[in-house]
Parts: sequence; structure tokens; C-alpha cells
Amino acid sequence: MIDFSHSVAIVAVVAAVTAGLRFFPFLVFGGKRKTPEVVSYLGVALPPAIIAMLVVYCFRNATPLRYPFALPELIAGVAVAFLHAWKGNMLLSVGGGTLLYMALLQRVFV
Amino acid sequence: MTETGKAKAMKKTVRAAFVKSLPVMAGYLALGFGFGVLLAQAGYGPIWALAMSVTIYAGAMQYLAVDLLANQAPLVATAIATFMVNARHIFYGVTMIEKYRNAGKYKPYIVFGMTDETYSLTCDGKSPEGIDFPRFAFWLTLFDHSYWIVGCVVGALVGTLVEFDSRGVDFAMTALFVAVFVEQWKGTRRRRPALVGVAVSVLALLAFGPDNFLIPATLGICAVLIGGRRFFETKKETEMLAAQEVALIKEPLASTDATAEKEGER
Repeated sequence: MIDFSHSVAIVAVVAAVTAGLRFFPFLVFGGKRKTPEVVSYLGVALPPAIIAMLVVYCFRNATPLRYPFALPELIAGVAVAFLHAWKGNMLLSVGGGTLLYMALLQRVFV
Repeated sequence: MTETGKAKAMKKTVRAAFVKSLPVMAGYLALGFGFGVLLAQAGYGPIWALAMSVTIYAGAMQYLAVDLLANQAPLVATAIATFMVNARHIFYGVTMIEKYRNAGKYKPYIVFGMTDETYSLTCDGKSPEGIDFPRFAFWLTLFDHSYWIVGCVVGALVGTLVEFDSRGVDFAMTALFVAVFVEQWKGTRRRRPALVGVAVSVLALLAFGPDNFLIPATLGICAVLIGGRRFFETKKETEMLAAQEVALIKEPLASTDATAEKEGER
């Protein structure tokens, strides 16, 4: 059964924790003039590593060892990479890749 | 600056932010749409989609929240799940502290709206020539947020009205990150951290499984980057210097500050 007030509370908790995590570093390091040196180092070195992690995260539920052997993800992912290396147009890469993946999932690897 | 000058500068900023936000538009409309459909199928209509997309504004977490709502999960479990899925945002913030230090009135909303996608577009700390970075980031965040809200609400509307096959629509998120990865790979010499990110994440995925690897992966990446700092630092130093020179031309005052700060640290 769906309980209205409990549902509102769930949404509120998710929103509050998410915002808390986003504000946390700014509240801890944002006020003083100086940020610890290691934090500013991470500020430069982390972003590319985090993007790489998010790519892996997106492929986390692919199944390389059983049907469809992660093929839809692999084919569409490689297509996006090539498309983007070639044209450099985000809209084309994201839109084209998504449509290709949906077609693969719904029509080819059924 | 005169009134018309101000208005012109504002127009220029808004336009530049809009152009930069275009790739996210496709991704967010598609992703939000998928979320809305799922939410509607769980028995929650467009009003819920509106409330959640405005107040939560986190892609993967909202998908998970559909499960939490459908199962009427306890609040403590909800809080823990949210923490685990979104803890990576702490690290996003860490990398943006200096870049948003002087963001002033724009800061609260920019920080609130720091999603994976918006972060991936702003993490280089750059805005087009002659445009103030925090103001640019503010508008970019606002555009992205509105695509997300529209996507979620329309998805919930359609989900309550018609049946259709939306399987695979969530690949928009994957495609966006792959494209950003390729862009970073081509654009910078900062390839070693990217490789560390791939290697550590794959290891963490194999060790902890798909539902629990984000936190160990984040910690592992930080450990390797800090432990192997000397290995990554030389590149970083040259890049920092280059960035400071660019900033010096753009905005003499702010970067003099930053340089003084750097010197103070030594």
C-alpha cells in the first residue's frame, strides 16, 4: 500500500541527503581562504578519474558471460566513442547512441 | 557598465550557457522521461515527478527512489541508500571549491544543482572568452535543471496515459559520459588519472559487485592518486601554470589572488 505521508518523507530524505552531500565540501573548506594542498591537488587530478568511474558505473549491469554478452552496451558504447571522436557533436553522439542502443535492445537482441 | 551593456553581457552569458547545455538537453529529456514512466507505473503521477525533479535532482538516485517508494522503504534505509549512491558528489564539490570561491549569490543554486552531467560540463572551470564563470555555471545549471524537470513530468504524464516500450532509454546517461570521456581524452594531457579511474573502478566492480562498488572505487581512486602523486604531479604543475596564465589574461584580480595563495602555501 502506498502511504502518502511516508512517501513524502522518503522524497524529503532523499532530497535532504543529496543536497547535504553536495554542500558538505563547500561548508567544510569553503569559508577559510586556504584549502588544504592535497584537496586542491585532488581538484585537478580527480575529475578525469571520476568521469572514467561513471563510465564503468553505467556498464555495471552488462552481462559479458551470458546472452546477450554485453553486446548492445558494447556496440552502442563504441559507436558513441567513434562518433564523438569523429564529429565532436554531443547531441549527435548522445542521441544517436541512445537510439542505436534502444534499437539493439528491442529489435536485435530480443 | 551601462544598463544596455549589462543587458548585453547577460544575453551573451545566457546564450553561451544554452549552447553548452544542448547535449545535456537530449540526455536529460530522455533520462527524465524514462524516470517519469517508471514512476507512473509505480503509481505516482506527474505531481510527484515534478516535486522529485525539482527537489532531488539526481538522475540515478531518482531511479532508485522509485524502488524505495514502491517498497515503502524505511527512512533510515532510504538515507543510507542515498548516501551510498550520491557520496561521489562530495568529491565533485572538492574539485570545485576554488572555482566557485567567488561565486557569491550564484553559489547555493550551483552547488545544489551539481549533477554528474552539469559537473562534467563545468569541471574544467572554463567559460567562453569574456564570460564570468560562476554566472555561466549558474545559467548552465538552470537550463539543465529545467530539461530534467520537463523530461520527468512529461514522462510521468505519458506513463499514466499510454503503454509503450521505453527499454534502453537510460542509455542516454552512458552515452553522455562516454562522450565526455572521449572529449577529455582528446583535449588534455591528463590521461593517467583517467586510466587510474578505469582500472580501479573495474577492479572495485569485480570485487564488490554492481550495487556496492562506487564508494570503494572512489576511495581507491583517491588513494592511488594521492599515493602516486609524484607520478601525476608533473603534468598537473604545467597545467596549473597554463590555467593561471589564461586566468590572468581573463581576470587579473582573481588570479593574482590565487597566485598569492599558491605562494603562501609554499
